[in-house]
Amino acid sequence: MRKLRVGKGIFALPYAAICVIFVIFPLLLLLIYAFRGDDGSFTFANFADVFTNPTNYMALLKTLGTSLLATAICLLIAYPLAYILASSPFNKFAILALLFVVPMWMNFMLRIFALQSLLGMLGIEKGYGSAIVGLVYDFLPFMLLPIYTALVNLDHSYAEAAGDLGANGFKTFLKTTLPLSVPGIMSGVMMVFMPCFSAYAITETMGDSNTSVIGGKIDMLIASRQWGVGSALAFVLLVLVIIVMVVGNVATRARNKTENSALTRGGTL
Amino acid sequence: MNAKRKVFTVLGWVILIAALIIIYLPIALVILYSFINSKNVGESGPVSLELYKQLFENEKLLTAAGNTLLIGVISAFAATILGTVSAVGIFYLKRGKQTVNIVSQLTVYNAEIVTAVGFFLLSILLRNVVQKGIAWLIVCHTVITVPYVILTVSPRLSQLNPNLFEAGTDLGASAARTMFTVIFPQLIKGMVSGFALAFTLSLDDFVVTNMNRGDSVETISTFVYNSIRRGVPPAVRALSTIIFVAVLVVLIAVNIAGKAKARKGNKM
Amino acid sequence: MAERVTRAANRNEDAGAKGALKFDKIIEIRNVSKVFDDVTVVDNMNLSVKRGDFVTLLGPSGCGKTTLLRMIAGFATPTSGSIFLDGKDITDLPPHKRPINTVFQKYALFPHLNVFKNIAFGLKLKRIPDVKRDKKGEPVLNPKTGAHIDVMRKFTKNEIAEKVNRVLKLVGLEGYGHRDTTSLSGGQQQRVAIARALVLEPKVLLLDEPLGALDLKMRKEMQFELKKMHDELGITFIYVTHDQEEALTMSDKVVVISDGVIQQMGTPKKIYDEPANAFVANFIGESNILTGEMQEDYKVRFCGADFKCEDKGFGRGERVDLVVRPEDIFVYKDGSGKGQLKGVVTSVVFKGTYYEMNIATGEYEFTVQSTESFTTDSKVELGIKPDGIHIMKKMRTVNEIITTVDGENTVDFHGGSFEFENTEQLEKGTRVKLSVAFDKVELTDDERDGVIGGNIGQSLYKGAYYQVQVYTDDDDDIYVDTPDEWDIDDRVGILIKPQDLRVEKCAESEEDEQEDEETEVEADA
Repeated sequence: MRKLRVGKGIFALPYAAICVIFVIFPLLLLLIYAFRGDDGSFTFANFADVFTNPTNYMALLKTLGTSLLATAICLLIAYPLAYILASSPFNKFAILALLFVVPMWMNFMLRIFALQSLLGMLGIEKGYGSAIVGLVYDFLPFMLLPIYTALVNLDHSYAEAAGDLGANGFKTFLKTTLPLSVPGIMSGVMMVFMPCFSAYAITETMGDSNTSVIGGKIDMLIASRQWGVGSALAFVLLVLVIIVMVVGNVATRARNKTENSALTRGGTL
Repeated sequence: MNAKRKVFTVLGWVILIAALIIIYLPIALVILYSFINSKNVGESGPVSLELYKQLFENEKLLTAAGNTLLIGVISAFAATILGTVSAVGIFYLKRGKQTVNIVSQLTVYNAEIVTAVGFFLLSILLRNVVQKGIAWLIVCHTVITVPYVILTVSPRLSQLNPNLFEAGTDLGASAARTMFTVIFPQLIKGMVSGFALAFTLSLDDFVVTNMNRGDSVETISTFVYNSIRRGVPPAVRALSTIIFVAVLVVLIAVNIAGKAKARKGNKM
Repeated sequence: MAERVTRAANRNEDAGAKGALKFDKIIEIRNVSKVFDDVTVVDNMNLSVKRGDFVTLLGPSGCGKTTLLRMIAGFATPTSGSIFLDGKDITDLPPHKRPINTVFQKYALFPHLNVFKNIAFGLKLKRIPDVKRDKKGEPVLNPKTGAHIDVMRKFTKNEIAEKVNRVLKLVGLEGYGHRDTTSLSGGQQQRVAIARALVLEPKVLLLDEPLGALDLKMRKEMQFELKKMHDELGITFIYVTHDQEEALTMSDKVVVISDGVIQQMGTPKKIYDEPANAFVANFIGESNILTGEMQEDYKVRFCGADFKCEDKGFGRGERVDLVVRPEDIFVYKDGSGKGQLKGVVTSVVFKGTYYEMNIATGEYEFTVQSTESFTTDSKVELGIKPDGIHIMKKMRTVNEIITTVDGENTVDFHGGSFEFENTEQLEKGTRVKLSVAFDKVELTDDERDGVIGGNIGQSLYKGAYYQVQVYTDDDDDIYVDTPDEWDIDDRVGILIKPQDLRVEKCAESEEDEQEDEETEVEADA
């Protein structure tokens, strides 16, 4: 038998091991605990609790709503800002874009503390509105940055070509700039939407007890030693994440494919 | 057309400046009130450095800051080394590349609360081996941040000379030695960005930290979160100011260093 | 004391000399194959390299020559077979433990190190045998036996500096040590790469198309210098290139490789004068490759005339490939009666020291090199002396596969149903041996006109026709003799007339053994 000499791929081994121990295995544990009763037997009770107990499924639905709302507001604010930053003459000042992301480097809890201080000073009550403001304030840079990157790297000739072909400014934007910045928007949405699920530190400090997101619920369940229900709820969230990832991947692949085939078709014509 | 352009420019400036004011207003307020000794922001009090004095006397807050820094530096360092080695390995992987990438994507996109519960359950399973606390948090933060380092380092790899690694082993260096003396120096830029990214992610982390810290360990995030109901100690304003200034100093230093290097490069 | 050291050294030398005699082959490749994802890149190669030789592995890209080199260097492991260095099996030895160094195609200089540090890289890692010494450099003796104590030590800073400077001088880059490698020209970078490998005094130096990235003038210069270095240093060079001229001018021995198989090895002269087959003849130098028919020993017929030749041992009437080098054809004025063939000059190009002419005879257009020029359209006679004709066995003339009848009158051929004359009333599903002569396969411009499609692989001009290799879509290949010229990678359709398909029922036993196996028979089989 020939001694197997492995190539440079061997350097991936430590990380592969870590993935198995610290990524895959904990998710399996999650699954095990989700199907495990208090006495250690196999049970569907935890999932039953998740889907029949209104505090659980309502928390999930409310979180979806909160995340969607926060993501939408982030997008509506970030896109125009990114568009302005990426266009002339503002794109000449690299410092401008940097200024928008500097707060990102500061601890987010300190930022939320600062925001809370401001709202408190202005006499604004804690509540759902403040919680949304908190989420948007914290996550805005994560939406801005990918969109800005996508727009700033856009080949200007597309817009010029569209203008040359008679499209007016708005039409040009709608037909070329916007579709071409979709990858940036997608990654911005991914970077805001999913984290909102876990951002209970923000919703609980900025809002009241009614505004907590699912992450807070799970944290509470785990802290009160209800590991089974907590795991089941976390598992449902995981399934959701995987669905989003798969859909995202499929969408990206489909887009690449259509773009490629469009290019090759263009090439042969 | 020209008039339109002008309107766009003026309007653009107005919007950008308004947005920046809104973004920086809370921070500016905290900085301002770090020099005013009052219980809450907005309340009047004497101008003094009292809060800074309080900060350096608040042992709990200092420990939390120290823990945050310690966990951040060690986990970012570990993640940088591990991430760089892994990026090289994955780059040269013939089979299984897709699988490894999907798993690392999973850590990036997964809801943090799910990751947190996973780590928590693992710590329960391993309770005879590891204690929740700083060491466990370092492990957790390293695992979370490695994929980000891989993402930062990988792009540079494809630009390297394909035979560089082989040249190292050909001249008598073992594979591990080649990795450190030949490959790492080429990736240093990506490694520095990766380190910075991992460090900030670690500093910012709350969800995983809160669930895996055990009872005695606090970081800045958990300290502020846990004290917000009882009332955050005013000294946190001083801490915020120091951290913000530190971030600014580092960013400016990096920018100046980058420009100096670029100039030097141009001269040559 | 000193005597003892010398004696020890002598003993080593003796052993080395004996070793050299016993293993005059410094490198030996035994039955080495390499398979990547089911593709055999190197197919059961055997090769030995003589100590001190300049050996060139020559072949078109993708022929397996670089893979072979990488296996010698240790960057790849053979799927099967063994590699020996000085009689020791090094097949599984990692590259950093092999006394073999490589000059890479794109140099692979370390960008973060300057020229000096690049060259010193390997020296800093190297350990050399020495005896234990005290601080003054005097040998320390074993207090009991009084013998020297053998140790391995690193090179000192001074030794490294001296070696680096010496090798920098050798490659003509004296004083470049402090320079950044990125500030050097391509040629200079190549010299640093050579210096970096040579400074370690390897037993074998491997060079992977080292001059490929240089411009023509620089390439010529480096060819000359590499040859000089080889002569001065006495190190064995194994050189990989696809440039036949480079191979012929520099090497002691050329190994021509195609499709993972060694086609021929020998001195440049032997390879040029006596190519083993049509592939080698076509790949090495310009040549006229024709098909002829042996009349008897020492007599061959082509282009409608009989020629004396120096080859024998072929069957009477056997079809053969033959090579005539352009400089072996003599051109005479028409009517002089000195030549065997008549032709018309179609083009003349002055090449500096000779004229290159294309001369059309009835069937074949010869390429001829001559010091004497004839005007275009002038009628001439061509003469070829016996030693100018080199005769080779024809490789294959028939495509043959084992397949099944897939319809009433149709048979499967590389994924398509071809009609044939089903005189034996073979039933659907019968295993059959199908054969079709190279010249009975028709190629069509439009893929849709053919029963199946394919891509043109290599194409060889055989005089009067081209022999084309066509890759079918089921990843196999067939050969086609066609009067038309096709470009590599062209999509074509493949047609075969029903009467040209020979279909024979397989013997039952054969069917079991050869399930799905496709064979192509040799012409003489």
